[in-house]
Amino acid sequence: MTQPIELRAAPHQHSGRDVPTIMRNVVYSMLPICVFSIWQYGLSSAALIFVVTLSCLAAERINNHFSGSVNTLSDWSAAITGIILALTLPPAFPLWMGAVAGFSAIWLGKSIFGGLGQNPFNPALIGRAFVQAAFPTAISTWAPAFAPHRFSEFIPSSLAAPFMSPPDIVLWAKQQGVDAFTGATPLARWKFENISASSMDLLTGNVTASAGETSAILILLCGLYLAFRKFLDWRIPVAVLGSVVLVAWVFHFAQPARYPTPTFVLLSGGLMLGAWFMATDMATSPVTPRGIWLYGALIGILTVVIRYFGGLTEGVMYAILIANAAAPLLDQFSQPRVFGNERDKS
Amino acid sequence: MSVPSNFDEFLDGIWKQNPIFVMVLGMCPTLAVTVSAVNSISMGLATTFVLAASCLLVSILRSAIPKQVRIASYIVIIATFVTVVDYAIQAISLDLYEALGAYIKLIVANCILLGRAEAHAAKNPPLPATLNAFGMGLGFTLGLLAIGSVREVLGAGKLFGLSLFGPHFQPWVVMVLPPGGFFVLAAWLIVFAAFRHINIKRNTQLGGVQS
Repeated sequence: MTQPIELRAAPHQHSGRDVPTIMRNVVYSMLPICVFSIWQYGLSSAALIFVVTLSCLAAERINNHFSGSVNTLSDWSAAITGIILALTLPPAFPLWMGAVAGFSAIWLGKSIFGGLGQNPFNPALIGRAFVQAAFPTAISTWAPAFAPHRFSEFIPSSLAAPFMSPPDIVLWAKQQGVDAFTGATPLARWKFENISASSMDLLTGNVTASAGETSAILILLCGLYLAFRKFLDWRIPVAVLGSVVLVAWVFHFAQPARYPTPTFVLLSGGLMLGAWFMATDMATSPVTPRGIWLYGALIGILTVVIRYFGGLTEGVMYAILIANAAAPLLDQFSQPRVFGNERDKS
Repeated sequence: MSVPSNFDEFLDGIWKQNPIFVMVLGMCPTLAVTVSAVNSISMGLATTFVLAASCLLVSILRSAIPKQVRIASYIVIIATFVTVVDYAIQAISLDLYEALGAYIKLIVANCILLGRAEAHAAKNPPLPATLNAFGMGLGFTLGLLAIGSVREVLGAGKLFGLSLFGPHFQPWVVMVLPPGGFFVLAAWLIVFAAFRHINIKRNTQLGGVQS
């Protein structure tokens, strides 16, 4: 009896890693950031992460149902979108708006393009951009960290009824006995009052910021874990952070009184989270090494330019979205020479 | 196929060939003026009037207009009625006139008008041509209203200016901005595509596709 010959298309060998494995590891690497966020902001942060992730999963499931495709919840991509999205939102963000963000992230960011791998933009950032445009006030309302009763009661704005505007939280912050709460992020304070936060506070997360972007050092460690396990391309964060430092240094060198130090620019805002977890999205970043360097540099330069000269205080989100749009073009420009072919004469 | 009855001509534009959701024509006013339900209805009715009146005239003059200059002639006819509507709205309500802005004058460039004049009115007698144009106009109005009411409810918490949710409503700012027009239009297109999909499925189950 002869063995049937099995014919297969390339690749004939691969590392055994599939999409769910990679995605699951990204989720694991984000868990410490989630835990730190919950420790800082208590119930509100926990509920926000839960609701946003759940709404992303629900959106994915509903989409599966109507498109008649197989169940794609098990590839973990919707869960990642939800967790990243929750980490980029302010901790006092009303939960119903979080659900809106989750649904728009999956539907507008991923489903309408055909699902995982087809999306030109990072779905989590699409969700955030949608709520940024829809609810500009709520998304720039920040809550104090380490409020004394954070594990027993919600920040009042979290529990705003659906479609209703959230209550003011300044009074609540006073009742909590949080002194010196200004309700402004380090970037906003730099932009409008020219006060730079200390690097130590930015590293350890003792600042007002989105739920998951407070501690730069923690995000760095989680990102390094992924980079060492080769779940993300190390070139992207290196290019993003490197170009940010370079551009910020040039500005600081030219006008030290006007522009902040490169360290402040590097550690503040959502830059760390964006560089390690959002710019590195495999579906939306270029494939060729040279393209990746250009892509990272584009994100870095745009971030600094938006922060310094734009109307918004933070520019990472739009920088990454614009670079996502440029990614296919960068790939096309930076095709490597095929081995054995001659160099271009030009 | 037999000659469609006058009633069919009328219904054609409202449902089967709805200018917005099926033919996807006239997107410029669709995206620009549907911020509120009132704006949508006024825009729709203004377009309906221009459409019906100009199609009537085109149909009457269809043998008198030389083929070589027909487009220019249609535009002159349409522009006449647009001017009438422009002055009429200005006289009735200045607020509305300002809210609709340049889009009243731009009715002349609306592809539904030229499309209907060229494709239908120029080939049919006055009665069916007018009925068809009237139906198209109403279909356009309904389409605008569908988009405009969603945008007004989400973007301002109101419908026809009446508050629906009380003073604590959180408006979705994006819905009254240009992206909101695209989102709502796309959402309606998905709904109508789903309807069509279900219909086709049902027809094939009944045995053979019936057109």
